[in-house]
Amino acid sequence: MKILVPIKRVVDYNVKVRPLSDNSNVDLNNVKMAVNPFCEIAVEEAVRLKESGAATEIIAVTVGTSASQEQLRTALALGCDRAILIESEENPEPLVIAKALAKIAEEENPDLIILGKQAIDGDNNQTGQMLSAILDLPQATFASNLVIEGQTANVTREIDGGLQTIKVNLPAIVTTDLRLNEPRYASLPNIMKAKKKELATKSINDLGIDTSARTEIISVELPPQRQAGIKVESVDELVDKLKNEAKAI
Amino acid sequence: MSILVIAEHDNTSIRPSTLNTIAAAKLLGDDIHLFVATNNSELPNSASTIENISKVIASIDDTLEHQLPEALAPMIKEIATSYSHVLAPATTFGKNLMPRASALLDSQQISDISGVIDQDTFKRPIYAGSCIATVKSNDSIKLITVRATAFDPVQLIGGSAAVESFDSVASNDKSEFVSEEIAKSDRPELTAADVIISGGRGMQSGDNFHLLETIADKLGAAVGASRAAVDAGFVPNDYQVGQTGKIVAPNLYIAVGISGAIQHLAGMKDSKVIVAINKDEDAPIFQVSDYGLVADLFNVLPELADKI
Repeated sequence: MKILVPIKRVVDYNVKVRPLSDNSNVDLNNVKMAVNPFCEIAVEEAVRLKESGAATEIIAVTVGTSASQEQLRTALALGCDRAILIESEENPEPLVIAKALAKIAEEENPDLIILGKQAIDGDNNQTGQMLSAILDLPQATFASNLVIEGQTANVTREIDGGLQTIKVNLPAIVTTDLRLNEPRYASLPNIMKAKKKELATKSINDLGIDTSARTEIISVELPPQRQAGIKVESVDELVDKLKNEAKAI
Repeated sequence: MSILVIAEHDNTSIRPSTLNTIAAAKLLGDDIHLFVATNNSELPNSASTIENISKVIASIDDTLEHQLPEALAPMIKEIATSYSHVLAPATTFGKNLMPRASALLDSQQISDISGVIDQDTFKRPIYAGSCIATVKSNDSIKLITVRATAFDPVQLIGGSAAVESFDSVASNDKSEFVSEEIAKSDRPELTAADVIISGGRGMQSGDNFHLLETIADKLGAAVGASRAAVDAGFVPNDYQVGQTGKIVAPNLYIAVGISGAIQHLAGMKDSKVIVAINKDEDAPIFQVSDYGLVADLFNVLPELADKI
């Protein structure tokens, strides 16, 4: 079984992102970048499937600027076999990313595509579902458990009310939720080995897809800030404040 | 042009998130239609009393019981062509379904809007709510998911919409429903609750959540949790409040033993009144709380349960 794992380079989750001073966009100057955490979970799941013997090859792919090679090397160090960079302008929209990934999927014919449920930059939560639509394949989103059984996958999904299990025919798209697994760290020998693995580069303009942006960012602002309130000294004082001041209970 | 809202429901009743979504639709136009895909032929009639909608488009078929996106998205694609906007709640239902429909319509979805500026322009949180982006869409059919807590719900009664049927049910041989574990609780749903009491890693175990439940039952509150508490296995995933869990904005949010990681704050900082109980006086949760109590939760919770 061949697995395609699309990943994304995003701002490290520990960075507190702020708007630019002219509010035209977010300020990404000199901030630490990393593999999107949900994508790390996707890579981990693919590597575990390979370790269990269910998968034979894992291909990491990303759509982004040449700087994204760094994240592809991380994916290779974590156990992906080869990588593809689809070089594009900064911040392509999810629909463009999905169209580009669909072209790669058509070339590679993977049995399974695993990707993160959302990137922590735009928080869009779209790419996997859009890719499924374009490829006309089933989607199993927000997965917390994945079991391959022959030509099907049983996927437990985290939904608002609890958990739902569905069965999808392969090939299928799975998007990862937080509790699917705990990703490993890349070991130093594997980081060294990853430098020798194949990393192919394609231009998004050669894929024959519409790459035009459909949306414009008008402005980016800080949300209304909450003022810190007061500290109360006792439960009595808290109950009194909630009843008589906030009238919340 | 008219606005189409995709109803979220459990085949028995329309979920509250749908009512918030209709409220957002009202800001875009007056002619709002509600699409109800279900196996229950009674549901569209009961939905027709929702305020502010002029038409219910009903698709009734046994195969629609679980509303899998492989079936629903092509149906939305077909219906959507007569609308300027298609809206669904940004719940796991809407998040799963809408991007699939959006790609079929070759439209770039706008996710999780928290405000409507005009027909084309919307506000939405990015980077876990650290920033709010104002985004303009140039697509002719706009697919949008709506952050429910940002819009006050319309009423379930008071309207009298016409019910029209849409019979072209899409077949789905790609995926099938296997099972569901839905938590049954007498307490209100997190996203609809007026009061929420949430526990974090400081609760130390799932057993200790009964301390929160006692208070929740007195206040008619829902019980939530931080990601740390869910990851530690104290409570199931559906308790999680945060960037990747549920977004809530109750009148009163009581955070107990929660340090206040940005990803948790992203899910609750729009609550009207926030109370934090934590023994670490430097915990970031105190920076967003109206009333902070620095104390050991195991001493405070039983006392609080007695005194409210």
